[in-house]
Amino acid sequence: MTALAGAKDTEMVEKHKSASPDRVIDIEKLSLTFETNDGPVHALSDIDLKIEQGDFVSFIGPSGCGKTTLLRVIADLEKPTAGSITVNGVSPEEARLNRAYGYVFQAAALYSWRTIAGNVALPLEIMGLSRSERQQRVARNLELVNLSGFEKKYPWQLSGGMQQRASIARALAVEPDLLLMDEPFGALDEIVRDHLNEQLLQLWAKTSKTVAFVTHSIPEAVFLSTKIVVLCPRPGRIYDVIESDLPRDRTLDIRESPEFLKIAHRVREGLKAGHSYED
Amino acid sequence: MSTRSLSKSRLDIPALLAWLIVALVIVGLFSPIFRPDFGVMDVPRLSLCLVILAIAAVRYELGFMRNRFGDLMLGFVTAFAAWLLIGTVSNHPGDAALGFWALTAAAWASAWLFVERLASWKNSSKSAARLINLAIPALFGITLLALWQIVVTGAGVPKVLLPAPSEIWLRLIGSVPTLWADFRQTFLKAVLAGYAIGCGSAFLTAVLVDRVPFLRRGLLPIGNLVSALPIIGVAPIMVMWFGFDWPSKAAVVIIMTFFPMLVNTVAGLSASDTMQRDLMRTYASGYWHTLVKLRLPMAMPFIFNALKINSTLALIGAIVAEFFGTPTVGMGFRISTEVGRMNVDMVWAEIAVAAVAGSLFYGLIALLERAVTFWHPSVRGR
Amino acid sequence: MTSNTFAPTRSLNPFAGLMSGTAGPVIVVVLAIIGAWYIGSVSLNTPFQLDTYERADRTDVPFSELLSDTLSQERPVLPAPHQIAVEIWETTAEKKITSKRSLIYHSGITLSSALLGFLIGTTLGILLAIGIIHSRVLEKSLMPWIIASQTIPILAIAPMIIVVLNAVGVSGLLPKAMISTYLSFFPVAVGMVKGLRSPEVIDMDLMHTYSANRLQTFWKLRLPYAVPFLFTSMKIGMAAALVGAIVGELPTGAVAGLGARLLSGSYYGQTLQIWSALIMAAFVAGSLVALIGLVEKLALQRMGMTR
Repeated sequence: MTALAGAKDTEMVEKHKSASPDRVIDIEKLSLTFETNDGPVHALSDIDLKIEQGDFVSFIGPSGCGKTTLLRVIADLEKPTAGSITVNGVSPEEARLNRAYGYVFQAAALYSWRTIAGNVALPLEIMGLSRSERQQRVARNLELVNLSGFEKKYPWQLSGGMQQRASIARALAVEPDLLLMDEPFGALDEIVRDHLNEQLLQLWAKTSKTVAFVTHSIPEAVFLSTKIVVLCPRPGRIYDVIESDLPRDRTLDIRESPEFLKIAHRVREGLKAGHSYED
Repeated sequence: MSTRSLSKSRLDIPALLAWLIVALVIVGLFSPIFRPDFGVMDVPRLSLCLVILAIAAVRYELGFMRNRFGDLMLGFVTAFAAWLLIGTVSNHPGDAALGFWALTAAAWASAWLFVERLASWKNSSKSAARLINLAIPALFGITLLALWQIVVTGAGVPKVLLPAPSEIWLRLIGSVPTLWADFRQTFLKAVLAGYAIGCGSAFLTAVLVDRVPFLRRGLLPIGNLVSALPIIGVAPIMVMWFGFDWPSKAAVVIIMTFFPMLVNTVAGLSASDTMQRDLMRTYASGYWHTLVKLRLPMAMPFIFNALKINSTLALIGAIVAEFFGTPTVGMGFRISTEVGRMNVDMVWAEIAVAAVAGSLFYGLIALLERAVTFWHPSVRGR
Repeated sequence: MTSNTFAPTRSLNPFAGLMSGTAGPVIVVVLAIIGAWYIGSVSLNTPFQLDTYERADRTDVPFSELLSDTLSQERPVLPAPHQIAVEIWETTAEKKITSKRSLIYHSGITLSSALLGFLIGTTLGILLAIGIIHSRVLEKSLMPWIIASQTIPILAIAPMIIVVLNAVGVSGLLPKAMISTYLSFFPVAVGMVKGLRSPEVIDMDLMHTYSANRLQTFWKLRLPYAVPFLFTSMKIGMAAALVGAIVGELPTGAVAGLGARLLSGSYYGQTLQIWSALIMAAFVAGSLVALIGLVEKLALQRMGMTR
């Protein structure tokens, strides 16, 4: 029953701690407002969040809560309109230019004119790595996602799950310490998704990377994460942050355990509360 | 395609065609074949033609040998009947009468029946299906040529109005050196040079325009408008500026091919979706990397679309520009002068050359397209 | 600690709004083209002008006089835009419509055969498309030829059709209209086949559950789906029909029509006449295509296909 430590403490994010060396992401009072024809839309409002090295953080919330936008701000795909954010101690733009992270999109977004190996090699070519280095990294990362032997295939010759695995290999090939994943398994069926969740956990354990993961599935979030951030919409803000104390090496069976269900329950309550708030 | 399986024809067209053949054969049997006074019995070869067509049609109605062998036999019978018709009518040019036309119509109906049967063949192997898909339009073309030959000869259409295919063919092989010289002047010089320069410069302009959003917004509507204008009208001006020889024609071709290429390439360069561009951004990819690795491959289907449109426009432009003045060689020059001399068969020979050249040019680019955009959904399914 | 603060930026430049749309850039580009045109006119017409001065034994002509002279030659290599505008004004507004020198008269001749051909061609194209989607044999045997025929320089036949039909006594509007028919027929046929085929399998299945017959499926499903395709291909067909009519006027030594103006202008070196016919042709083509675009917009609005 230790899983609920600090359950009611929604404001648990420490605010005035200076950046420690293993702090990967540090967000303070961050807001983002889109100007539209129908007036301003507050996509993100007053976000405070710290992510430490080795964390697996899930962002969960109903659509329109800004979870994807938050991930895009971290990736420097959107600029915040107020507040501050650092990634690896520097601005997101610098982090992007340093290739500090790998990004996995909702769809595989593989280039259909490139083979699987060619797709994984794409970021490496842009980084200007030598051919032999590229070949090594492609082989290593395809191995990591169990796609060895498919190097010469084209994306459209593969199943959806395999395509998404290839896109993860592509993100890993950059060899970043930070992996940003935006509903990577959203378009896949439940069975494939379970399988890939397990593989992702193994990968995370093996490489000790930091992962920021956007999802709208409660079981997925609880199963994968060490920390779950519940967001709610209008304006997009953090409603709850749940530290999970499930053991780091988990199998799918853990989803039947009472600890798991308890965390899932709290996430669900948070989502409900966030929803009723808007009415 | 499952859309079609729902709307099955309730009309049995093959059976109707077979009855039509029988009816036409009966008409042929009792009507004069040739003027002044020939019945079908007076022309043994046509009697043979009548008999085999009748047998083929009745055979089909009785349901005897309704299999592929029977269908192929029908094809042979039709071809043989057409050959007999063409052979006999050349001895009686302009004298065809009702019976002959009935037999011609019967042979045509029989060809149609053959194609209907061919189209209904169920093919398990892909290559056989492809072969049939090639054979059907080819048969259609051959039927059309045969009908053209029979009708023109049988009705005695004046050569000035429409020469028979055989006459055009004779003229074609009889004047190969002239045709080759014209082809070299118009196609190998004007068309190819103009096409390469026009498409190439439009491509470079498009990349430049794409880089400057202001130019893109300003030039694109104008480019779209110009694509719909009768640009061919600049031909006389180009002839005035660049003289009678091929450079003036190449200039017309350049102007005609420029705008389709510009508009298509600019559209193609913006075809990549936001996710793919975000991906390049997460790699901190520069302009040139994004251009070469993402946007140009993405633009290739558009670019090839323009290349295909332009292959036709280029030939048209060069030929029509020659109507405004040339040295005494060139396809457009030949067409306009031979029309003036009423040498219509020579004109048709020239048009045949232009048609073959145009189709080959187009086909070559289409092949290249398949090789380059092998990944595109419209190509990879086939 | 590095912190980034971002402030929303809003431009205070009043031109920013104009230039971020399409109108501003288009106007700028058009002005640039006209400017380049003037420069081109001056530089292309200068050699002839210098030649004239030399023959008149005039040396050191002031530059301003040279400038105005190059822009007012009678047969310039490249006439200036205002010269063309004046020429068009004189041959449209200041001439009677029935006059042989009226550009409106010539445009009318070309336009009437283009329109006639376009109407016939569009009708034929639609009918053929309906046949093709309902008969597999027709599709398999005709479609490849329709596509192949687009790769053939059909326009090359134009002079022959005119001359041959003249020889058998058919002259006037019809031969030219036939060329326009021929040219506008193919894009419409191909576009309509695509359009009538565009309903999804699921839409066809719905009609099937109502046991709708072919005619009902055609009117209620296929035809509405094909309307956007029809308009797109009609625009292409209209432009092609006009080109056909103009080219059809070239070879006969025809006395009337925009093509005839082009030809006679090129015979006599009347550049102004060529350019004004050209601009007029462009104007006619542009307005016809715009007209179809307008009808398209209205039709699609009524059908609820646009927002």
